[in-house]
Amino acid sequence: MRTIFFIVRKEFLQIFRHKVMLPLIFLMPIIQLVILAHAADFEVKNINLHIVDQDKSQASQQLISKFQASRNFNIIGYSFSSRLAFDEVQSGDADLFLEIPPHFYRDLIRNNKASLQLSVNAINGVQAGLANAYANAIIQDFNGEIRTELANTSAGTAPGGLSITYSNWFNPEMNYKTFMVPGILVLLVTLIGMFLSGMNIVKEKEIGTIEQINVTPIRKHQFIIGKLLPFWIIALVELSIGLAVGWLVFDIPFVGSLWLIYGFAAVYLLVVLGLGLLVSTFTETQQQAMFISWFLLIIFILMSGLFTPIESMPEWAQAITRFNPVAYFVEVMRMVLLKGSGLMDIRQHCIVMLTAALAVNVLAVLNYRKTN
Amino acid sequence: MVPAITADKLTKKFGDFTAVNQITFEVQKGEIFGFLGANGAGKTTAMRMLNGLSRPTSGQASVAGFDVYRETEKIKKHIGYMSQKFSLYEDLTVRENIQFYGGIYGLPGREIRHQIKELIGGLGMQEYANTLVKAIPLGWKQKLSFSIAIMHRPEIVFLDEPTGGVDPITRRQFWEMIYKAASEGMTIFVTTHYMDESEYCGRVSIMVDGRIAALDTPRALKEQFGASSMNDVFLQLTRPNQHGS
Repeated sequence: MRTIFFIVRKEFLQIFRHKVMLPLIFLMPIIQLVILAHAADFEVKNINLHIVDQDKSQASQQLISKFQASRNFNIIGYSFSSRLAFDEVQSGDADLFLEIPPHFYRDLIRNNKASLQLSVNAINGVQAGLANAYANAIIQDFNGEIRTELANTSAGTAPGGLSITYSNWFNPEMNYKTFMVPGILVLLVTLIGMFLSGMNIVKEKEIGTIEQINVTPIRKHQFIIGKLLPFWIIALVELSIGLAVGWLVFDIPFVGSLWLIYGFAAVYLLVVLGLGLLVSTFTETQQQAMFISWFLLIIFILMSGLFTPIESMPEWAQAITRFNPVAYFVEVMRMVLLKGSGLMDIRQHCIVMLTAALAVNVLAVLNYRKTN
Repeated sequence: MVPAITADKLTKKFGDFTAVNQITFEVQKGEIFGFLGANGAGKTTAMRMLNGLSRPTSGQASVAGFDVYRETEKIKKHIGYMSQKFSLYEDLTVRENIQFYGGIYGLPGREIRHQIKELIGGLGMQEYANTLVKAIPLGWKQKLSFSIAIMHRPEIVFLDEPTGGVDPITRRQFWEMIYKAASEGMTIFVTTHYMDESEYCGRVSIMVDGRIAALDTPRALKEQFGASSMNDVFLQLTRPNQHGS
């Protein structure tokens, strides 16, 4: 125990002595959290819309005002010709244009149907899809209203039909920040933890101090634990700062137990830091360690379910995510913070994480060699 | 009396290359044993096998009575090591380095505090006590390294070119420290490039291409080779063709 204390103290002395490292460890993640939480927003707003109204009727005005009222659309121009609208899409000023043909209102009354044309710039497929969906929703809405109006004026009986209402559980306002911030926080804690621990032992190899350690009677597990603890503490502090930012800046609800989050984080960090130390034990230079850590992290992050739902990945990719610690923590964060899940709900995650923590750290101890 | 170090046909191969080729020798307790050789002759490799950092390919060896294959961790309790590469933490102060290594060797807190005072006082480094190691001159660093390597009172201390790049006055002071340690009963195993330093050793072995080419007291070696200095002995052994002037 005493030996471990001496290593931990030495590591802290070194970390706090580096004037560059300290802000890097504590300030950067907060800045990143604040910036990324705003950027990683899947809602598409401010879609630039050009409207070609060749009908100029009461109905076309009603439709246009619906688009005006939507916060997704930003009407940047009206014209009478689709030629002009096309030029604007071509130049990138408009993302899509809606063409209301002549006699739109007349056709609607006479023939009980009329057509509209929606032309979307689909270079950014995601945005195009969403723009299309938003526009369709507005047109559907308009359709419903106009039919009710027509029915009222002509026959006096309301038409039948279904109307669908949505209720979004656990995130009622469909706020992407609520959804993203806990996940981004996981990434930042993971990044810091993995890099700090991954660079650590290999750095001592580079400067040669590892020889001096290896020639002492220190036990291997003492060394690994001594290397793990400082970063474990730093990462937990980091998590706390991040949660505070989430609460103060982004109004993230804390529905579940904070103790549960910390308990899980404590085990999760053992996995991540152990992985970093494992990388550190079988690499010879900091560049190698950096490269391998990045390789692992990119896979972990992109397959974590943070940016794309795991459920929509192919079968084999879903199998891979079962070995991805980041995916587990992202899910636990969302479950506990947003949904208020308890220990019983996440017991499966806990078992997996405990097993992984044990396996990774035993491997790190075994792979660290005092005698070559 | 059990010798401090015994080596019997100790060999280390890296692939096809034999770095250390069947070396056999004994070092007695309290002896200052000089381990000489040109660059790349295998001195450091041999030393690393003895202090448990490197596993021998074949042969036998024991250090402080413990086997170099099976009991490396026991060996490490009884030895000190000062490597060729400077190995104190440059971003820690003199005091913090002493504290750290004292702690790793399991010295009690009182003993560590005592050592800090003793060691810094003995070296006359009071003004550097709270200075980062990277900011102190090389000569001081080497003397500090040595003091830390013997802080836990090991039976045997291995010194790998401890005086490389150090000025003559500091080298002299360094050897005074070695003599003092030896007079307290410590066995010294030291490699060096400086032939004048080999005269300070009780016995000297000279390694050439992984083998021990000569082993005796400096005086006996000079007689044997009809040389006036150890420098001549060394040149005769390492460059036999050029000799004869």
